[in-house]
Amino acid sequence: MLTYVARRLLLLIPTLFFVALITFGLAHAAPGSPFDKNPDRPLPQATIERLERLYGVDRPVPEQFALYLGNLLRFDLGSSLVKDRSVADIIGSQFPVSAQLGLQALFLALAVALPLGVISALRQNTAVDYGSMALATVGTTIPSFVIAIFAIYVFAVNLKLIPIVGWGTPKHMILPTLILSLGAMAFLTRITRASMLEAIRQDYVRTARGKGLSEQMVIVGHALKNAMIPVATIIGPATAGLITGSFIIETLFSVPGLGREFVVSIVRRDYPVIMGVYLLYAFLIAVANLTVDILYGVLDPRIRVR
Amino acid sequence: MREQRSLWQDALHRLVRNRAAMAGVAVIVLAAILAIFAPLVAPYDPTDVFTNGGRQAPTLADPFFGDQRYSDPRYLLGTDQIGRDILSRLIWGARVSMLVGFVPVALIFLVGAGVGMLAGYHGGWVDQLLMRVTDVIYAFPDLLFLLIIMATLRSTPLGDLMGGLILIFAGIAIVNWVGMARLVRGQVLSLKEKEFIEAARATGVPARRIMVRHLFPNALAPVIVSIAFGIPSAMLGEATLSFIGIGIRPPTATWGVMINEGYQVFSSSPWPVLLPAICIGIVMLSFTFLGDGLRDALDPRMKL
Repeated sequence: MLTYVARRLLLLIPTLFFVALITFGLAHAAPGSPFDKNPDRPLPQATIERLERLYGVDRPVPEQFALYLGNLLRFDLGSSLVKDRSVADIIGSQFPVSAQLGLQALFLALAVALPLGVISALRQNTAVDYGSMALATVGTTIPSFVIAIFAIYVFAVNLKLIPIVGWGTPKHMILPTLILSLGAMAFLTRITRASMLEAIRQDYVRTARGKGLSEQMVIVGHALKNAMIPVATIIGPATAGLITGSFIIETLFSVPGLGREFVVSIVRRDYPVIMGVYLLYAFLIAVANLTVDILYGVLDPRIRVR
Repeated sequence: MREQRSLWQDALHRLVRNRAAMAGVAVIVLAAILAIFAPLVAPYDPTDVFTNGGRQAPTLADPFFGDQRYSDPRYLLGTDQIGRDILSRLIWGARVSMLVGFVPVALIFLVGAGVGMLAGYHGGWVDQLLMRVTDVIYAFPDLLFLLIIMATLRSTPLGDLMGGLILIFAGIAIVNWVGMARLVRGQVLSLKEKEFIEAARATGVPARRIMVRHLFPNALAPVIVSIAFGIPSAMLGEATLSFIGIGIRPPTATWGVMINEGYQVFSSSPWPVLLPAICIGIVMLSFTFLGDGLRDALDPRMKL
């Protein structure tokens, strides 16, 4: 088990190297200098050259990449081309907002999805089941930004119950959290229902009933416990997805998180920020996937990892 | 005696009986017809400015809002923030959505199925290479990868072709072909040990013919389902990119561009944003119904 974890951790390095290489390559495939993007007020040639020298973008691309990797090992992600801040600083101040939003959405999704999924499975093919499955279909299908637009229209523009944009007070957080969680909520409901349905048809559940356990004990102690294994393993990627996938929601609601920062940097072609944030996201997702594989082995002894 | 039906006829039969899937098909066909005949169906040119910067509420909304809004019966769904006919823009937007739905998915199918089949059947270095490439591409958060590709290559000549449409095709295909290749590879790996393939090999059928005539049709069911879900996700990708402002270039009318441009004035005039959002929602739902229906029809044992 330990060697497995160690090997998977080591495999993270080449993966992240390739992510860095490809994003770096793409960023440098874009024509022109990052400093000549304002056609109305072009900078003097001397200024551009000085800026390029300052940021090291006048050197050959492979050398720049080597330099970037070297700095990366010291957790130095460079500095923004637009703002007078380091990338690490930007991530440090913006990431907590995205993390908070993502975690709130995750807890909300779990709080709704688990009971709903279990009840749907226990009352299969009843109105409750059909209702929650219809909701789950809508939640996984309708893009969150479409739902967000309608929610903003109804609650913020028409009813004026909550402010349209901003961050800080609970009132600001309700809509973004709720809408961000919908996709995960719907998906988790489907998984919970499916795995609960499978669990209650297993032999050990029949055995538990056969030996005279109370229905409650059978469901909670035997079926539910096993049904939670696939659900638990989904939570890792779901969290990563909620944290990295919030850029649309953050943009729509003007939440000062890392997702909106990413979008803004993309529009401004602020490559050091784009790369830094992207590497962080790739790292988070890789760690989430790794956690799942490990969790599987821990929760379900039937699965052996090599 | 019961009439004999092939596996595919059976599946079609099951699909046709699925009401939700058929409703989805109806919407998709309607949208496709509107998209193909956009120049004939749309009342106006999607980029012509009519009301001189005046926004007008949809005439069709009059019964709900009475005379509190000024509306003009010439523009059934109103005009947008700079006075363009929203109905015309929605119809032309459907054209972009349909193109973005079908073209990259066709590319993904051709490349992914081809590579997946080779990797699965022959194994060896093709397989090794595929698996390594997949590992790397899977490490990229997919929508974010598409964002990076668009952001960096938009200002190259490739990004200028057809208002950015070609780059979107390429980007979606690059991000998603490995999923298809992996799916086909898995199918082929399990199929190639089956007796009917062994029989074909034993009787001397050439490898290419085995792949095309024996493996491919049997691996097709999950591929079709994956295509049915790939189309709406490609459309959503375009809408998301254009909404952020790095997709299709304005003034080309796409649903994402409409939402992006209209969002500035959303609180004072919601129609230019709400209407394309409704279109996106309906089309997404239709493809999901069709995809679910196809999955149930093709393999009743497949789960989730």
